[in-house]
Amino acid sequence: MGHTLAEKIIADHLLNGPAEVWPGDLVEVHVDLVLANDITAPIALREFEKLGVQRVFDPAKVVLVADHFTPNKDIKSAEQCAQVRRFARELGLPHYFDVGRMGIEHVLLPEQGLVAPGDLVVGADSHTCTYGALGAFATGMGSTDIAVAMATGQTWLRVPETIRIVYYGQLQPWVGGKDLILYTIGKIGVDGARYMAMEFAGPTVDTLSMDGRFTMANMAIEAGGKAGLFACDETTRAYVHGRVKRPFREYQADPDARYARVLEIDASTIEPQVAFPHLPENTRPVSQVGEVRIDQAVIGSCTNGRLEDLRIAAAILRGRRVHPDVRCIIIPGTQQVYLDALREGLIETFIEAGAAVSTPTCGPCLGGHMGILAAGERAVSTTNRNFRGRMGHVDSEVYLAGPAVAAASAVLGRIAHPDEL
Amino acid sequence: MMLSGTVWKYGDNVDTDVIIPARYLNLSTPEELAKHCMEDIDPTFAGAVQAGDIIVAGDNFGCGSSREHAPLAIKGAGVSCVVARSFARIFYRNAINIGLPILECPQAVDETESGDRLSVDLRTGTITNERTGRTYHTSPLPEFIMGIVQSGGLIPYTIKRLQGRNR
Repeated sequence: MGHTLAEKIIADHLLNGPAEVWPGDLVEVHVDLVLANDITAPIALREFEKLGVQRVFDPAKVVLVADHFTPNKDIKSAEQCAQVRRFARELGLPHYFDVGRMGIEHVLLPEQGLVAPGDLVVGADSHTCTYGALGAFATGMGSTDIAVAMATGQTWLRVPETIRIVYYGQLQPWVGGKDLILYTIGKIGVDGARYMAMEFAGPTVDTLSMDGRFTMANMAIEAGGKAGLFACDETTRAYVHGRVKRPFREYQADPDARYARVLEIDASTIEPQVAFPHLPENTRPVSQVGEVRIDQAVIGSCTNGRLEDLRIAAAILRGRRVHPDVRCIIIPGTQQVYLDALREGLIETFIEAGAAVSTPTCGPCLGGHMGILAAGERAVSTTNRNFRGRMGHVDSEVYLAGPAVAAASAVLGRIAHPDEL
Repeated sequence: MMLSGTVWKYGDNVDTDVIIPARYLNLSTPEELAKHCMEDIDPTFAGAVQAGDIIVAGDNFGCGSSREHAPLAIKGAGVSCVVARSFARIFYRNAINIGLPILECPQAVDETESGDRLSVDLRTGTITNERTGRTYHTSPLPEFIMGIVQSGGLIPYTIKRLQGRNR
């Protein structure tokens, strides 16, 4: 009997390994990289101190990114960041990313070559699963788990069952990774992959860009998933070439691997998707949205803040104006994405269209800052969660979509398909 | 260990954003966080919850963010235990790690209402609804996880392990 991608990567990271593992096994593993951000690190550092150790297991394998409430939104956030900065300096961590050099962690780490295929990564952020796009096993945990992983380089895992989702058929225009993953979550529900790994495969995703794959893996957690993985292929290799400066191992699932469930999806029938409040599973094709007026459009985040996303938004906004009733906020995922977008002229397009462009931050996605909603306001957003109060007031609403729908909606003032322009 | 408290009941998919909204994530102590616990799903909760009270909820409790602030806020509010039909996995780990008792028991959830009193025996995984007199048995925690719980959470558990290694 063969193994899934998740099983194979975990098996090669066992403390007492390598050995065969099966779903349900509780195992202890070595980790290749540990991550925390400005809101999860302060608690992790507090717990780390309680352990009484003087250093992290390997300074080069601990990454701290100040991205959630930065540039510091208030005094308390500034103090949290100061605490993280001090820790990074005192322990000599080379991978501490501050304002001006940082980015949204899950856009930044792959871009900087810090995650390699075959890695086992744990992060104090639920969207750590993003790195599954590179063929790594990456999963989110809480601050205490991360404190222990920072100190020991180890963690414990329950080997997950895997759901394999096979996509076939050619994508319609304006349909991308975001639409595939929203459609999938709509099908299986927000706990459809609870405790499980999701394995994305099939001819449709084989042709998907890395940016599209990052978007899909990123939202595995929105189906309750522990990880969302893609096998390594030419696209992965081309992406990591020149970025990852250490040897790594590529994994493929065995043809006779055992899956909890195999789902086949005809992607050619999928329209751009919109997830209605207040759960990512409340998806509808954009043609069935009806008249939903919006006050704000957010394009960015660890889900859709990459160059390809900005190119799509720019293709729609070029030569058009953001609707007078809409605030359109565009947030490049990293300084590099920002610079690339600037050099390509995308930033000029956005500003001429009447959009605001922000320095990289998680800001509005979690209702932190840089675009908070008032009571009764509605946003269309390329972010990942539309829970009650997620982007601001408890009586505001978030509709999740890809960058094409978000940009078209910004122009028309209501949720719209780009073809309506 | 016996617990007993009044039930606050909620539905499915109670997410970490309603347990502790992100606008309070510039706080990090259980006491500060507790003042805003459940604020966006039940504004009455933080002001009225009594030490020992029990949260009962549907499927996928704690879905969403990895923020440990969520179980910390619940623990800080004095809640003795959370009983749900099921838990999101990061919340599950976080609760175990910080020493917030949690139990999965769909039947107990379905037959419990807000205001009921539950008594919970963590050692045996037995839940009794004092109003209906019904008793429920949950499957015990796996031995490995029980080891973390019995140590008082992941930090004391790890300290013991590190000391063992240095000996």
